Amino acid sequence: MARATAFAFRKPSVLPGFGLTLGFAVAYLSLIVLVPLAGLVVKTASMGWPEFWSLATDPRTLAALRLSFGASAAAAAMNAVFGLLVAWVLVRYEFPGKRIIDAMVDLPFALPTAVAGIALTAIYAPNGWIGRYAAEAGVKIAYTPIGIFIALVFIGLPFIVRTVQPVLEDMDREVEEMAATLGANRLQTVVRIVLPTLAPALLTGFALAFARAVGEYGSVIFIAGNIPYVSEIAPLLIVIRLTEFNYAAATAIATVMLALSFVILLAINLLQAWSRRRLGHD
Amino acid sequence: MNALASIDSEGSVALGEPVDVTIENVVKAFDDTPALHGVSLDVKAGELVALLGPSGSGKTTLLRILAGLDAPTAGRVLFGGEDALGLAVQDRNIGFVFQHYALFRHMTVFDNIAFGLTVRPRAQRPSKADIRRRVLGLIDLVQLNGLDKRYPTQLSGGQRQRVALARALAIEPRVLLLDEPFGALDAQVRKDLRRWLREIHDRTGHTTFFVTHDQEEALELADRVVVMSKGRIEQVGSADDIYDSPASPFVFGFIGESSLLPVTVADGAAVLDGVPTGLSAPGAAAGPATLGFRPHDVVLVEDDGPALRGRIIAERRHGARRRLELEVGREHHRAEIDVEVGAPRPEGGRIAFRPERWRIFPPR
Repeated sequence: MARATAFAFRKPSVLPGFGLTLGFAVAYLSLIVLVPLAGLVVKTASMGWPEFWSLATDPRTLAALRLSFGASAAAAAMNAVFGLLVAWVLVRYEFPGKRIIDAMVDLPFALPTAVAGIALTAIYAPNGWIGRYAAEAGVKIAYTPIGIFIALVFIGLPFIVRTVQPVLEDMDREVEEMAATLGANRLQTVVRIVLPTLAPALLTGFALAFARAVGEYGSVIFIAGNIPYVSEIAPLLIVIRLTEFNYAAATAIATVMLALSFVILLAINLLQAWSRRRLGHD
Repeated sequence: MNALASIDSEGSVALGEPVDVTIENVVKAFDDTPALHGVSLDVKAGELVALLGPSGSGKTTLLRILAGLDAPTAGRVLFGGEDALGLAVQDRNIGFVFQHYALFRHMTVFDNIAFGLTVRPRAQRPSKADIRRRVLGLIDLVQLNGLDKRYPTQLSGGQRQRVALARALAIEPRVLLLDEPFGALDAQVRKDLRRWLREIHDRTGHTTFFVTHDQEEALELADRVVVMSKGRIEQVGSADDIYDSPASPFVFGFIGESSLLPVTVADGAAVLDGVPTGLSAPGAAAGPATLGFRPHDVVLVEDDGPALRGRIIAERRHGARRRLELEVGREHHRAEIDVEVGAPRPEGGRIAFRPERWRIFPPR
């Protein structure tokens, strides 16, 4: 169907402005996104492959990359579950204070990340409100990867809620009623009907939360403790290398992050396109 | 019984036994606004019943109560003598078809139809092979052969409608409930599907309710028509009963074309705004009443005896005849009559006529 023409230019419509808007969009994207990233790649290319490889596979770099991507994926997954729950409650139920909770969801967007980081550290540090009890139970939260995970969950939540919410609002209640008349219980209806319908939106939210978490700096460095090989995230390592005037190492890490992020986001986008096509959005 | 019976002989489909449905004094109020005022209805097993009425008449509410999607405020619903209101939607064993089909968009036609069987508890769930045989049998019944791997978005409106019906039939329902089953289709497809639904019903024999606001559909398709208005049943009867002996001015006005005029009954005849109409009102009590007649049941008369008199305010072509819109009587009541296309236009647009058939309805 649409696939045959997918790579052709969209036919200009009767409304004018196709050339102008396309030209503007390309120029704008180049200036804002492409040029800086190209600069990064050019800088890396100038250092030669063996040097790049030894910098990129430095054990400390690898540990930082593993932590950044691992914690980001875990946090995005956690948010996918509980963000969906929050969105569900906000869309499906009426209760006093609903609008306040709805507004609260956006706070992680608005708060300066350093403020969030300091607040989280104060709470989860071994002498903080929650950290104190965790420490009694023998769990250390702040200054460990667990602390990083918590900070990334905090900043990622709104992405899931705000992408799932409108789709959930638009969802046809009749489809769920239909499932009930066919004998499906609530769990079967949610698992087999509701979740597949929400899948594209959930994937979008996951990708956004993940991408944000990978690049997150401010809220993490306070709670992370920044112990090399243990709780040092990749963006921080880049800053450290920069302060050491080791620009080559900094660009090498940055290039690896760029490549990994691109591949992961591309994979999520393809998955999303596939699930959207199944739902007949194309 | 051909198609399903043939599936039967393969040992896979046992029909849900059609049941009598009894509705007793069902009342439904939404936030204190009553949607149904004490509706009662008896339907025999295997009957095809149309719930007909304008929007807001409560017909869809009644259907949803039968399905268990809404609970009535008061009253009883019995399926085969057994209380149905105590059963949850899931256990009521009804087949429901929504106006917009509510197909599961992420599932193929096959999976849509199989859904009701696959969600059964393990002990009652047919084997995979059984489900497959049964679903393919239904696909054959609704004439969608070869489309089982398609997704709903790849189907036409009429095909989606048939998937929705097959999906409802798959669970062997005791009662089939259709909400405006043809409402979202264009005119030609509607006519074909109407005939086809009648055939399916004759073969499968489910007790079937369908909601419609299209009188033509109701009169053509149903064994019995239930005319509803403002949360009440106005009349229950065959197409002939409803058309020829309407029980109220509402039914008379809603079914077919009609003009209604407020009259007074005096000495066994109808009087309009103090002027005798010459129309007898046998058996009607003296006092205010409603006169109803059909536009095509009218003859023009000389303007010298008792008659209805009006002034033409508009005219338009209507099929083989010409329809005149009139202001009738001193108080300018609106009425419509049909005349021959070649009839001369009377002077000053004033016209006198007499219905050949008419009805006098007592006041509510």
